[in-house]
Amino acid sequence: MPVRILKKKELIPGQTVLLVLDAPQIARKSRPGNFVILRVDETGERVPLTIADRDAEAGTITLVFLVVGKTTAHLATLGEGQDILDVCGPLGKPTHIEPCSSVICVGGGTGIAAMHHIAKGHVAAGNKVAVIIGARNRELLLFREELAAFCHEVLVATDDGSLGHKGLVTEVLKARLEADKCVSEVVAVGPVPMMEAVAKVTRPFGVKTTVSLNAIMVDGIGMCGACRCTVEGKTRFACVEGPEFDGHQVDFQELKMRLGQFRPEEKDCFDKFRCRS
Amino acid sequence: MPEQPARERAGNFREVTLGYTAEDAAREAARCLQCKNPPCRKGCPVEIDIKGFIGRLREGDRDGAYRVLRETNSLPAVCGRVCPQEVQCEGACVLGKKGEPVAIGRLERYVADSFAAGNGCRQSTGERACAAPREVRVACIGSGPASLTAAGYLASLGVAVTVFEALHEPGGVLVYGIPEFRLPKSVVRRELAAMGEMGVSFRTNWVGGKTITVRDLLDEGYAAVFIGVGAGLPRFMDIPGENLIGVYSANEYLTRVNLGRAAFPGYDTPVCRGARVAVLGGGNVAMDAARTALRLGAKAVTVVYRRTKGEMPARREELNHALEEGVRLELLANPLRYNGDESRRLTGMTLERQRLGAPDASGRRSPEPTGETFELPVDTAIIAIGTRPNPILLESTPELRLGKRGYIEVDPASGETALPRVYAGGDIVTGAATVISAMGAGRRAARAIARKFLGEDAVTA
Ligand SMILES: Cc1cc2nc3c(=O)[nH]c(=O)nc-3n(C[C@H](O)[C@H](O)[C@H](O)COP(=O)(O)OP(=O)(O)OC[C@H]3O[C@@H](n4cnc5c(N)ncnc54)[C@H](O)[C@@H]3O)c2cc1C
Ligand SMILES: Cc1cc2nc3c(=O)[nH]c(=O)nc-3n(C[C@H](O)[C@H](O)[C@H](O)COP(=O)(O)OP(=O)(O)OC[C@H]3O[C@@H](n4cnc5c(N)ncnc54)[C@H](O)[C@@H]3O)c2cc1C
Ligand code: SF4
Ligand code: SF4
Ligand code: FES
Repeated sequence: MPVRILKKKELIPGQTVLLVLDAPQIARKSRPGNFVILRVDETGERVPLTIADRDAEAGTITLVFLVVGKTTAHLATLGEGQDILDVCGPLGKPTHIEPCSSVICVGGGTGIAAMHHIAKGHVAAGNKVAVIIGARNRELLLFREELAAFCHEVLVATDDGSLGHKGLVTEVLKARLEADKCVSEVVAVGPVPMMEAVAKVTRPFGVKTTVSLNAIMVDGIGMCGACRCTVEGKTRFACVEGPEFDGHQVDFQELKMRLGQFRPEEKDCFDKFRCRS
Repeated sequence: MPEQPARERAGNFREVTLGYTAEDAAREAARCLQCKNPPCRKGCPVEIDIKGFIGRLREGDRDGAYRVLRETNSLPAVCGRVCPQEVQCEGACVLGKKGEPVAIGRLERYVADSFAAGNGCRQSTGERACAAPREVRVACIGSGPASLTAAGYLASLGVAVTVFEALHEPGGVLVYGIPEFRLPKSVVRRELAAMGEMGVSFRTNWVGGKTITVRDLLDEGYAAVFIGVGAGLPRFMDIPGENLIGVYSANEYLTRVNLGRAAFPGYDTPVCRGARVAVLGGGNVAMDAARTALRLGAKAVTVVYRRTKGEMPARREELNHALEEGVRLELLANPLRYNGDESRRLTGMTLERQRLGAPDASGRRSPEPTGETFELPVDTAIIAIGTRPNPILLESTPELRLGKRGYIEVDPASGETALPRVYAGGDIVTGAATVISAMGAGRRAARAIARKFLGEDAVTA
């Protein structure tokens, strides 16, 4: 059944879009860390997007995505009142939330949106949550006010220093871990190089580090193995066993390579789309 | 049966076997002896009255023949194409003892196709009036042949059936696994449409255990739930290099092409069009993957199998079709590792020569390593060595009892699981098997559900 777009907001013009979808059953069942797989139209590809928020009462879920290729560009052309052909979920294991802990959630770029739902889950469980968000400049920082509304602390890093620390989120994280010895877990969601860097920073501190792997997926229900990643030397299916894994055990190099496996096909597909529109 | 010539068909996705003409069918039907105690029927897991339908066909009553098929089989056009008839109905036919058995599957396909061509929307019920609708509601999870059969059977008794499918299209392996050139999607869609007319409703993008649980369904007032989620999770060999780019599971490869229509003009799903492809395994899935790779333009496709041709589990017909189209075999060989370049792309594989040893539990002679290794340069490898049970539904329903291999345990007569009012059948109970055995299981469960919730006298066949 097609799913209606109730609200659309361009968070960063031409780049990042927020959609609120009318999906009562998914809203009812979703937990932080879950994602959906959607297909825009009959000839479209199935792509995964994280559920950045949900409202069980209103029966809605929120998606936030970055335009990177054909599917996300196509999705960005849809407006309020229009339908997405297929939306399937909630998929993946929900975030494991350990009660009575002190957590730092790190988000980079569009990953801030996905991290926001995880941080919310931790706060709801009564955990102490500090978030660190980073982007190139202050205009690109997503969800800053929303996070400030419920997190215990929001730390900011921008490349150009237009807000918060001038530099990377990992520098802020490192300083924090040095000052605060009570952190029980670090969660990182964002571009693969950022998650890899976070895992590198936390390793010497011996802090549990959870990362959310955005492997290429097809079915999202464990049937195809496209999403396989190496964790602790073993093959794991990100869609059914993840997407969250122990960041200290992930083979990031492999993930990066696998994410690029269809680059020529994707480019071709995107070019054709741009010519048409 | 007429076929597209091998050279031509290896370049397209159109159906390989072209089907009988009316004359072919009449000639073949005339060969049937109309045995007094026909053994063929016992060879069919859904007990089609084979003698009866061929009898009607001999009298020129094609629609009557269709009704006979439809009494026990809700997907005759599919079964006529993909059943391993040689070990089932045709394997049991008396004519097979001395010569060629009656081509039951081809006749079944002919009857189903020609009825559909002539009758369109009436095909599901035939002449039979639809049963009066009843209050009872049943949910099926998964939409492969097991669920479809259970749904069709119950709907024909007036039960309101809803089928919940995780993917965006119903049909199970018939849609995402078996390729177009063997089972055209239009045939599956036709059978699905017929079910829709009987009142079966389909909900796609619904994942049992995620979007809705078995418990939710029972709480929502469904009298019974049938689980037909298939086997699913692809097996890998756990050898070095298995996650290199270019190494696929057969499920991924076939799903990209069949469900995602990768490589068809206008569709977005990508697939790598390998030039030199190896397929690991010796079953139907391996043959389908190999033949698909040829159609996507591969220059060389090699099926690598650790035993010999005689032990291959693939149907002979499929193996022969593959060989005619140019697929090569590398027998008595087993991969040790996949080798890649610095960008982690597959460049080749190292194989070890095997020899046949003593027969194993399955009665087939098992391969033993010889220590001799060799290289096979390939850019794509497709692994088709079987599946394991998919965990999604099972994890969310801990009350189900699972067997040693992780599949659902059921009462063999009724298909009921350890959880009352919950039934299961097909690959999720048996492990990867066949379309027709999944259908047999769907039928048994549907009959048990009907007995329990509609009463003994409601049950027909
Ligand atoms: C569990 C999960 C959650 C995700 N959540 C978000 C999110 O909340 N917001 C967001 O912007 N992005 C998210 N992504 C990434 C998103 O799926 C990709 O950006 C999207 O598929 C790109 O599709 P495209 O056609 O626009 O671009 P393409 O040109 O097709 O691809 C661009 C890049 O995206 C990746 N990609 C392509 N196809 C897939 C696929 N089927 N599955 C996964 N990755 C793919 C590849 O690395 C590719 O090189 C998530 C990915 C996963 C696995
Ligand atoms: C490539 C290939 C070729 C084959 N060729 C033949 C052949 O020629 N002849 C033959 O007899 N057999 C063949 N088989 C085997 C046959 O297809 C299977 O044995 C049969 O389809 C099993 O039927 P099923 O109903 O148990 O499940 P499936 O057909 O596997 O269908 C299960 C369905 O359930 C869905 N599902 C899974 N999990 C969930 C969930 N949690 N919630 C909702 N839905 C879910 C899946 O998406 C799928 O659509 C082949 C198999 C493959 C893979
Ligand atoms: S359903 Fe399959 S086994 Fe039964 S008669 Fe038809 S082809 Fe033979
Ligand atoms: S066993 Fe063979 S010959 Fe006898 S009825 Fe069946 S199909 Fe006809
Ligand atoms: S996406 Fe297919 S198994 Fe994970």
